[in-house]
Amino acid sequence: MAVVKVKRPDLNAGEKLFLGAIVKGFFITMRHAFDSLRGKTRGADEMASSGLGATMQYPEQRWDEHMPEYYRGAPALVTDEQDRERCVSCQLCEFICPPKAIKIVPGEIPSDDAWAKVEKRPQEFDIDMTRCIYCGMCEEVCPEQAIYLRKDYLISGLNRKEMVHDKKKLYEIGGKRVGLVNKWNELK
Amino acid sequence: MEILIPLLIILAKIVGLTFMVVLPLVPVCVYFERRFSAVIQDRVGPNRVGIPLTLFGGKKDIPLFGIVQPVADAVKLLLKEDFTPTNVRTAFYWLAPALTIVPSLVTVCVIPFGSPLTVNGEEIKLVIADLDVGPLFIFAVSSLTVYGITLAGWSSNSKYPFIGGVRSTAQMISYEICLGLSIIPVLMWYGDLNLSNIVEHQSKNGWLLLPFWGESAPWNNGGDYTAWLFWFPAVIAFLIFTISIFAETNRMPFDLPECETELVGGYHTEYSSMKFAMFFMGEYAAMVIGSALIVTLFLGGWSLGPSFDQWSAGLEIGSVGIGGLLGLAVFMAKLIVFILFFILVRWTVPRFRYDQLMRLGWIIFFEVALINVFLGALVIAAPHLGIVITLVGAVLLAAVSSALIWVLKVSDKREDPNTGLLASN
Repeated sequence: MAVVKVKRPDLNAGEKLFLGAIVKGFFITMRHAFDSLRGKTRGADEMASSGLGATMQYPEQRWDEHMPEYYRGAPALVTDEQDRERCVSCQLCEFICPPKAIKIVPGEIPSDDAWAKVEKRPQEFDIDMTRCIYCGMCEEVCPEQAIYLRKDYLISGLNRKEMVHDKKKLYEIGGKRVGLVNKWNELK
Repeated sequence: MEILIPLLIILAKIVGLTFMVVLPLVPVCVYFERRFSAVIQDRVGPNRVGIPLTLFGGKKDIPLFGIVQPVADAVKLLLKEDFTPTNVRTAFYWLAPALTIVPSLVTVCVIPFGSPLTVNGEEIKLVIADLDVGPLFIFAVSSLTVYGITLAGWSSNSKYPFIGGVRSTAQMISYEICLGLSIIPVLMWYGDLNLSNIVEHQSKNGWLLLPFWGESAPWNNGGDYTAWLFWFPAVIAFLIFTISIFAETNRMPFDLPECETELVGGYHTEYSSMKFAMFFMGEYAAMVIGSALIVTLFLGGWSLGPSFDQWSAGLEIGSVGIGGLLGLAVFMAKLIVFILFFILVRWTVPRFRYDQLMRLGWIIFFEVALINVFLGALVIAAPHLGIVITLVGAVLLAAVSSALIWVLKVSDKREDPNTGLLASN
């Protein structure tokens, strides 16, 4: 195969002085400055900017409608159409969780319950949101489609205890989810 | 009693000019730096901090475009833990921040901030010490800053600060020379080292870079074009001086002693809290003084054209001539514009490599400044020498300059870099 030798072009006198490049740089930075002061930054519209630069200013503006489908926010538990807890406390998520944020206390479903054949449900289900890394492994590993990462990202608390989501809070975030596989009932 | 009143006036000047004009400019610079850089980079910058009325039971805060941000920063720095690492040399470690900020603030005293105020017919100059060696004093004192930086680097007992300190020393040596040499033609033109007189001269005869009124304009002085010819050496001096001031104040294209990407934080890596803030303030105060010196020497100081200067000099409230305050405002406006230019340069020009910096200082600016001294002298002396001698001088100067360029070119011939296999291509 023929080898093509390409010689890098030498700099001419003007390029060696660098002054032209520096002046050009001033024009570029000043153009950006004027554009962003006039609210005409390139890409400001797609980014839904606040009018200064390309930045969206957070508490007043939210990017909720720009959020992609695959966004991973706070993990939450869901119920099915008949308000049954989908979680059967198999503890797979607890064991897969890389930062060990999930803690489950399994409990038995009493035999007089309508869903007695499911046998187990969580007695307590805590996710420590100071530990959670939003990796989504719990969602991936769940055999019952019971835990999902929702789009909630505003998680705050005044102390560590408030940052632990208990079962009630998790169902509150998760809510009802329809259209999933129903393997414990005849709902078709 | 006779001695008390001048002392009180001096004290008032020190407090007023140093602590109420220059030091407040530092947070203003920081605010401008952050907002301007944000605008350049299509960001927003600090725009939230205002007057926190909610802290005192109010309903809403007043945002004020974030102007109060520097105050919040200062409070944060004051309240932070002042940590001294175990293995530092404590005495020098504590001395270094003071050694950087004090020289910057001392140099304030020779800058004329405004035209003289008149109180009861007595003239009060808006300069703390009306020294007859203004620029020399500034160079002498401001180069002490490098001791602070070097001591900080050495006493921190850590590698990155040490490299930063050494770099600072080398940079200072490369730039002090052209800093001093570059303004020699300017001082020859004024024939005076007193900064107040220099500004007075510019106010009457046109700024050095805008010689369009008074004695400088050919239509006023009977067709003498010396001032206009001197514009060329003045511009060369202005360029070299400005760039050297960038290096002197460790600003961006030459911020090698503290480049974040290479040296973590440079010489102040090990410093925290108020000691770090003192380095920071020293650096920004040096920038303010540098801009003030450039404005004073080249851009007419507090003057804004002869008609404005005469009008403001005549303004009086009661028996107090307040023209000086207007001059102060003009000076501040020029200063802030120049500081904005400093900031623009910082966010435009990338950092020089170390050898490039030394090369620029020693090989290019030193020689250009030297030739510029003779060029300026030739322009000034031309009317007295007559056309023949001037032409001979110009030819001699051109010959010497080209010889110098030739010598530099020959002596600076670098070996081909070892490019390995690429060299054979």
